[in-house]
Amino acid sequence: MSVKQADPHDFLGIDADLGDTERDVRDAVRAYAREELTPHIADWYENGGLPRELASGLGKLGLFGMHLEGYGCAGLSALAYGIACRELEAVDSGLRSYVSVQGSLAMFAIHQWGTEEHRTEWLPRMAAGDALGCFGLTEPDSGSDPGSMRTTARREGSDWVLNGTKMWITNGTLADVAVVWANTDEGVRGFVVPTDTPGFTANEVKHKLSLRASITAELVLENVRLPGSAAFPDVRGLKGPLSCLNEARFGILWGVVGAARSCYESALDYAKTREQFGKPLAAFQLTQRKLADMLVEVNRSALVARQLSTLKDAGELAPTQVSFGKFANVRSAIEVARSARTVLGANGITLEYPVMRHMNNLETVLTYEGTEEVHALSLGAAVTGVQAFR
Amino acid sequence: MNIVVLVKQVPDTYSERKLSDADSTLDRDSADAVLDEINEKAVEQALQIKEAGEGEVTVVCVGPDRATDAIRKALSMGADKAVHVCDDALHGSDVLATAKVIAAAIGKGDAPDLVLAGNEATDGGGGAIPAILSELLGLPQLTHAREVSIEGQTVKATRETDEGLTYLEANLPAIVSVAEKINEPRYPSFKGIMAAKKKPVDTFTVADLGVDAGEVGLGNAWSAVTEAAPKPPRAAGQKAEDEGDGGTKIAEYLVTQKLI
Repeated sequence: MSVKQADPHDFLGIDADLGDTERDVRDAVRAYAREELTPHIADWYENGGLPRELASGLGKLGLFGMHLEGYGCAGLSALAYGIACRELEAVDSGLRSYVSVQGSLAMFAIHQWGTEEHRTEWLPRMAAGDALGCFGLTEPDSGSDPGSMRTTARREGSDWVLNGTKMWITNGTLADVAVVWANTDEGVRGFVVPTDTPGFTANEVKHKLSLRASITAELVLENVRLPGSAAFPDVRGLKGPLSCLNEARFGILWGVVGAARSCYESALDYAKTREQFGKPLAAFQLTQRKLADMLVEVNRSALVARQLSTLKDAGELAPTQVSFGKFANVRSAIEVARSARTVLGANGITLEYPVMRHMNNLETVLTYEGTEEVHALSLGAAVTGVQAFR
Repeated sequence: MNIVVLVKQVPDTYSERKLSDADSTLDRDSADAVLDEINEKAVEQALQIKEAGEGEVTVVCVGPDRATDAIRKALSMGADKAVHVCDDALHGSDVLATAKVIAAAIGKGDAPDLVLAGNEATDGGGGAIPAILSELLGLPQLTHAREVSIEGQTVKATRETDEGLTYLEANLPAIVSVAEKINEPRYPSFKGIMAAKKKPVDTFTVADLGVDAGEVGLGNAWSAVTEAAPKPPRAAGQKAEDEGDGGTKIAEYLVTQKLI
């Protein structure tokens, strides 16, 4: 009997037992990324943004709201959605963020909490990439503690009038529609805000050192008047926005597996070809130790993501388990990126290689959609029964 | 319009491809298997013709079990149904036997108005199937097309050669093989991937098609691969230090190679 050999690129065979559909989705995103995204990503990152046409390409492929049912969405499994996020983020976290915000935040919010009118008006266009959405929860003075938000919505006759500022809003200046969360007499409520409504402005955040292939904005709402029908009818309090964040975090815990894999593969390839002291870097024990550590982190985080997908597809996934995945996998990915960067030496700091780009991106991924600290506290609360953050 | 597209699963050109030690046929386990890119272009052409008017696109594939992956990709792109001829007896078949089987498989369905194929596969590179099939089915063939259009009962094709362009036309039904420049195939969309799961795939053995097993397979092939050797690895380049005369050295080298 021949001895089995593990594949250096899928060491634990995470993809070996994927179903046909998940494999087809993976291959479709990989092929698209290879042709349409990877050749341009360094330029997009350096120039600080993504071309608008990208939306229709990603929409045609079916990435926007791919795990939602109906309204022009493909209705795929959570596992397929995760795999797609992994393949996108293997190119760049900014691309995965673009898709996460559209599908898991804006579209999911409308799909889950909107009226039938909201859904039919926005979802088909958003799925196709003809309309872009953004999601306004965080504020300049309200990050980890969203309950402290200052944005308000007050009734004027049958209308709503919104005032406040939202910050760190991905795709804010590109969006045709914003899902905005605001304080009302009945607690936090969500609103569907067309961005051409008078009083709504979006200002791009400049001078970012991370997630540069992604647009970030401040949203200013100054007496934005909306019809009564703009509000999500049935959801009150933070469970509305938090349900959406849970969706996006699921995409992140898969996505970062891709970023980590990209760094590991760069380091592995570089170590095998770069020679110093008359032998490849790969022949040095210190390099092998780094590669072994990276290999473990990449595969272990992929296992976490697969298990959480199984739970999610069975409808059994707890929000604290999503916190586990985000907490564990982002930390792993950052460690892999930093280690890979040391293998590449000076080449590691250039855009010729993806490593430092991923490393910088992951600094954002570490703190957005719940900081590492807040996820640690959420895990602490889950196992002790004591909430340390209130 | 009833359009048949011939598709083949081949080893990915991005991976290392080799022949098996045992019988010099393709070692299918050595590389990732994909739908041949030239066939993606043939499928794309069929879909464009269908979308410009109306019709049905059937893909026909001869290949082992796992060729279902290639068939599914064609269905994900938008083809309507598929015929898969799958039989261990076909292992190692030559182009003559393969064309016979394809002709019989096409005969299982409604008579096609148009048969589209790639001009040659990236693995065997025989490039003979469209011509042999044209003989077997008694249909005109327009090969190596870089442009195809349908006008009524006529199919027009532009063939590009080193000498220039040739404009061809034939009455339908006809066989057209497409070349590299014909189009940029679409990516299968996720909705297409979901829809493909429900599209019909008819699977036939050689016996189902009424083809004699004694006419197919490696043992009955008219030609055989006797030996294969991998390309020798590229030799290391020649290095010239630039001591202010780099340009001269390069020019001298090019002269020795008779390049200038």
